[in-house]
Amino acid sequence: MSKKLLLDKINVPGIKTFEVYRREGGYQSVEKALKMQTGDIVEEVKKSGLRGRGGAGFPTGLKWSFLAKPEGVARYLVCNADESEPGTFKDRYLMEFIPHLLIEGMITSSFALGSNVSYIYIRGEYDWVADILQAALDEAKQNGFLGKNILGSGFDCEVYLYRGAGAYICGEETALLESLEGKRGLPRIKPPFPAVKGVWGCPTVVNNVETICAVVPIINEGGDAYAKIGVGKSTGTKLISACGNINKPGVYEIDMTISVEEFIYSDEYCGGIANGKRLKACIPGGSSVPILPANLLLKTAKGEPRLMNYESLADGGFITGSSMGSGGFIVLDEDQCVVRHTYTISRFYHHESCGQCSPCREGTGWLEKIFKKIETGKGEMKDIDLLWDVQRRIEGNTICPFGDAAAWPVAAAIRHFRDEFEWHVLNPEECLVRNFGLAHYADALEAVTS
Amino acid sequence: MSVQFSPEKLDKINELISHYPEGKHKSALIGVLHIAEEEFGWLSVNTMDYVASLLKLQPIEVYEVASFYSMFNLKPVGKYVFEVCQTGPCMLKGSDQIIDYIKQKLNIGVGETTEDGMFTLKTVECLGACGYAPMMQMGKFYKEHLTPERVDQIIEECRNNSARNN
Ligand code: FES
Repeated sequence: MSKKLLLDKINVPGIKTFEVYRREGGYQSVEKALKMQTGDIVEEVKKSGLRGRGGAGFPTGLKWSFLAKPEGVARYLVCNADESEPGTFKDRYLMEFIPHLLIEGMITSSFALGSNVSYIYIRGEYDWVADILQAALDEAKQNGFLGKNILGSGFDCEVYLYRGAGAYICGEETALLESLEGKRGLPRIKPPFPAVKGVWGCPTVVNNVETICAVVPIINEGGDAYAKIGVGKSTGTKLISACGNINKPGVYEIDMTISVEEFIYSDEYCGGIANGKRLKACIPGGSSVPILPANLLLKTAKGEPRLMNYESLADGGFITGSSMGSGGFIVLDEDQCVVRHTYTISRFYHHESCGQCSPCREGTGWLEKIFKKIETGKGEMKDIDLLWDVQRRIEGNTICPFGDAAAWPVAAAIRHFRDEFEWHVLNPEECLVRNFGLAHYADALEAVTS
Repeated sequence: MSVQFSPEKLDKINELISHYPEGKHKSALIGVLHIAEEEFGWLSVNTMDYVASLLKLQPIEVYEVASFYSMFNLKPVGKYVFEVCQTGPCMLKGSDQIIDYIKQKLNIGVGETTEDGMFTLKTVECLGACGYAPMMQMGKFYKEHLTPERVDQIIEECRNNSARNN
């Protein structure tokens, strides 16, 4: 059983309430932080090696240290709770079942950054979760952890909830800030970065829910202690939301030393592939990261066991590797059709493109259309090359990383499963009734596991 | 102009505006549109114009936001809206079959409303419940681990609820 820093108390009855959360040691990081120099708090976070848990994996302490501090200008901390990368539902889990952890992290982080008014931008669909958070915020305020002169320290802080309204793009930090200003969520050109010019033109730090929650154990136990967990630059623990064709879908806190194989097959985590099927493929970090066939998922191209951490999942680059991404772990069994799955992903990106950049606005529409054609048995061989060509023209040619996120899954699906695309073209009748591709990917796994 | 928020809703709106710095009340727009949907069910041009006047914005500033975010309904919808997720992880667990089942059961297509105005079926993209798939959103809450039986049950509950409240 690996060490749990975020979820260790999640099953304590009543942990959603202030009283129980506090009795279990909650809000100690606030008490401790308020007695520290703000620069020292940032130092602890730097030492911890914590990396942004939203998907990009940028070192949090470094991000904090970039925050501009011009005289007389307000600074803001904004929590990105717009979780919407397909496959990802870990932030919801934290907010729904241990809401005070996020609020504690918000207060501690707000103090470190000098933010007197902070916001939690939560996706609009998490309506009931917003109610849970609001109730927790009210309790924190009644107990003197929010408001004026918190615990007599002289530090004032309010944390407000902001509900989005259904736009994936608002998970991109500059789009989120536009949305927070009451506008369409159109990403901004960077620079200037939010750390210099964020919401309302003021210096702003945007951090993911899990990142802010992780600040709590870092302050309580120290950055060095946190950095000792995990391996290399993958320090601390990571939440993985696992879904698809597995026996035990759910949210798991792992220390990043375990292997992908253990994560999928051990009863402590996913509990193996459902219905006794074999593993075919997996998207290990949310819909935008490359899909890997079973053999490359479990072992790197060098033949080493692949581990559940930033470096190992990315080993081999996008040719033979993938990415930790948001921790949205999507598993496909041997009956699943990679063409169909990638088609739904492309439809998703088309639906969610903000429309600002032509390569993305037009390209995602093309991707969806060509996929539909192939998936419904009307495809031609040249369509596969066209798909490749279109995705290549989107990648790197847009204001924000959304374009890349739309292109990568398509590139990886063709790279690793080209014969499944070809099978669709060659078997137009069969691909309509048989909703799966070629069995040899599943067979490849036997060689790996046996 | 025929639309008007109740005094409680107006209080809620003023509270929202107070969350933002002086002069930045536009930030309350999305929140106010949520409140408007709660109150009126959908966003008509009249409603949006009313919101614009309340927040001292140009109507276009409201239209462009309302039309950007997929949660806002710019057309009337049924009393109960089934928003079924169809993205990859839900597809792997049979969301296509659930959508087909609802279509056939309610005799409507995606984007349509039953004749009695009770149910609207929509397909949506990932709602962050992929581990509990297939799923849909209904109003404030999620309905997860859907099966045809579970769908029957939900439809039944909606009908009973509505009969009781009439
Ligand atoms: S794919 Fe349906 S909730 Fe995520």
